[in-house]
Amino acid sequence: MQLILDITTNPENGGVKLSTITLSHGSGGTQTNQLINDVFFKYFGNDILNQMNDAAHLAIDFKKLAFTTDSFVVNPLFFKGGNIGKLAVCGTVNDLAVSGAKPLYLTCAFIIEEGFSMADLETIVKTMAEEAENSGVKIVAGDTKVVEKGKVDGVYINTSGIGVIYEDVNINCANAKPGDVIIVNGTIGDHGMTILCERNNFGFEGDLSSDCASLNTLVDCMLEVYNEIHVIRDATRGGVAAVFNEISVSSNVSIVLEENLLPIKEEVKGAAEMLGFDPLYIANEGKLCAFVPEAQAEQVLLAMRTHPLGTNAAIIGRVTEEVGKKVYMKTVVGGKRLVDMPSGILLPRIC
Amino acid sequence: MKFVDEFRSRDYSKLLVENLQNLSRDKINVMEVCGTHTMAIFRYGIRDVLPANVTLISGPGCPVCVTPQSYIDTALELSSREDVIMATFGDMMKVPGRKSSLLKKKAEGSDIRLVYSPMDCLTLAADNPAKKIVFLAVGFETTAPMTAVTAMEARKNGLSNLFFFTAHKIVPPVMEALVTDKELNLDGFLLPGNVSAIIGTESYEFLSKDFNIPGVVTGFEPVDILQGLNTLISLISKKDYSIANDYKRIVRTSGNSEAKEYMNKAFNVVDSNWRGIGKVPKSGLEFNRDFEEFDALKHFKISYEEYDGSSGCRCGEILKGKMNPTQCPLFEQICTPENPIGSCMVSSEGTCAAYFRYYN
Repeated sequence: MQLILDITTNPENGGVKLSTITLSHGSGGTQTNQLINDVFFKYFGNDILNQMNDAAHLAIDFKKLAFTTDSFVVNPLFFKGGNIGKLAVCGTVNDLAVSGAKPLYLTCAFIIEEGFSMADLETIVKTMAEEAENSGVKIVAGDTKVVEKGKVDGVYINTSGIGVIYEDVNINCANAKPGDVIIVNGTIGDHGMTILCERNNFGFEGDLSSDCASLNTLVDCMLEVYNEIHVIRDATRGGVAAVFNEISVSSNVSIVLEENLLPIKEEVKGAAEMLGFDPLYIANEGKLCAFVPEAQAEQVLLAMRTHPLGTNAAIIGRVTEEVGKKVYMKTVVGGKRLVDMPSGILLPRIC
Repeated sequence: MKFVDEFRSRDYSKLLVENLQNLSRDKINVMEVCGTHTMAIFRYGIRDVLPANVTLISGPGCPVCVTPQSYIDTALELSSREDVIMATFGDMMKVPGRKSSLLKKKAEGSDIRLVYSPMDCLTLAADNPAKKIVFLAVGFETTAPMTAVTAMEARKNGLSNLFFFTAHKIVPPVMEALVTDKELNLDGFLLPGNVSAIIGTESYEFLSKDFNIPGVVTGFEPVDILQGLNTLISLISKKDYSIANDYKRIVRTSGNSEAKEYMNKAFNVVDSNWRGIGKVPKSGLEFNRDFEEFDALKHFKISYEEYDGSSGCRCGEILKGKMNPTQCPLFEQICTPENPIGSCMVSSEGTCAAYFRYYN
């Protein structure tokens, strides 16, 4: 297995420590090395990364590996509850965790805009290191590119991750079965609504904050009480609605949600209502949905509630034999409606 | 921000639904005029819980849906100008013109910005003095006062690079056109809470006096809608043709006099074309002489010729409630939210979009 660590050298403007990122930080010379040593190695340093090989050398015992990648282009870069760096670690850790894998190693690649603040970069990198430590993964390889002003919006980050899939665990989005109970680990729509409000400065008051978090220890605690959970998915872009539609198609089942059981924060509900958005379609960064056979649902739910990221865990619906093989919701008034796959971009309404 | 849950109470909804079942045995046709009502009715599955004798008909109250295609085409043309930054509400982005849409134009490099309020254009204009900002001023009485205030603020701040391409419409005249349409057999109206907050319940008195049709102003939460339907069906069954207000937490009899004054100061009431419905007398707003410097058409010297739009599409009948979307031959076959042919599919509050998203 070859994981590439792309650090080349080309001496230019040596020795000057700058407060902003310049094109020379990406040209592979002294400044690149300085940036790598002063920022990336300072925070990410570990036995594998410190070897500074072209690729990280990993020794892993495994039967099945999980391998994933994700790119992060969020605006604003800093928001209540996190920043782009935290997202970049949590996002990839979560993709591995909900696949039933123990996340082990990450790579990260930065594409930075010329003129970006060194202090902001350091804050982002520091957050990534903290979150990696928190979720028990090592960052073992990386890459930095600097592009001209205006070519990217501040900084973009890509992370890829490798994890080892636990034995006797078979989580797959084709595994949902009629009778399964659907559990979510807490309130939905927090991240997307926070970003949207910060981006547009609506001036809403309240406690809107991103739910950005690594879910691997929560998944561990769920699998510990019941290792045959049928499906676990993290509900990011497209919200829980997108995830349920994908599972409904993959497993060829109908899903019925109960509107009055959905955990949604007052602030999110209020802001969504004003802008004409449905929290079902709004992004999360620390929420997972689990499909568990009814007999084990209570046990899994109770285990989740003992974990800090699952205190508001709730059963929100079921997989049914209903014809149609779509996602439906029983509304508060007792009616039923379709929960369609999100389509296009979310656009706020006129009135 | 506790203002939502109370109006989504399951227990109270249940009582209201039970009560609705016994109010009348007659066949009753109710039109909800407003797109936000249509969307809420679908989103909460309210049609599922109505007694069989009550039919809800979705009316023409979605501003995007009733804007003629010629408006979109002219907006597209304006957005192609190098010196223009176009500002628009999100709903307009996907509306298909003859050849393109604003979303496509943006991808091709036109500078098009999504705004949440016309007031955002003041900052845009101040930050981009070398550019001309054109705001697509679409919407009913809910948004028209904001356009007026924004123009007044621009004048106060000495901004001479902000223009409005207006297609504002007003609601009562189109309702008059609907009640005089012999093919429609309406027994009552569910009236829009948002528009009514501006124009007041008094603006609908003509329905009751001239046409013997009752109406109930109500809000957009499930309890609001169910309560409104209870009141409306009781009125209909008692042959009481009053205009009732079930949205007293927001709406007053005389509306919002300040907002109305802003509209009166900036606009003249003119005849206006409604997509699918045609020309409705005195149903549109146009900048008056005192504000014509803000009129984008005049500033860019565009001769604007109006035409309706999409052939084969049955938006007209759908907007008048004569047809439901599933009866349109294009629905779901060719016309989908990804590839909307008619405007009722493209707007998030359009009747066809509501059918597609929630009822399909």
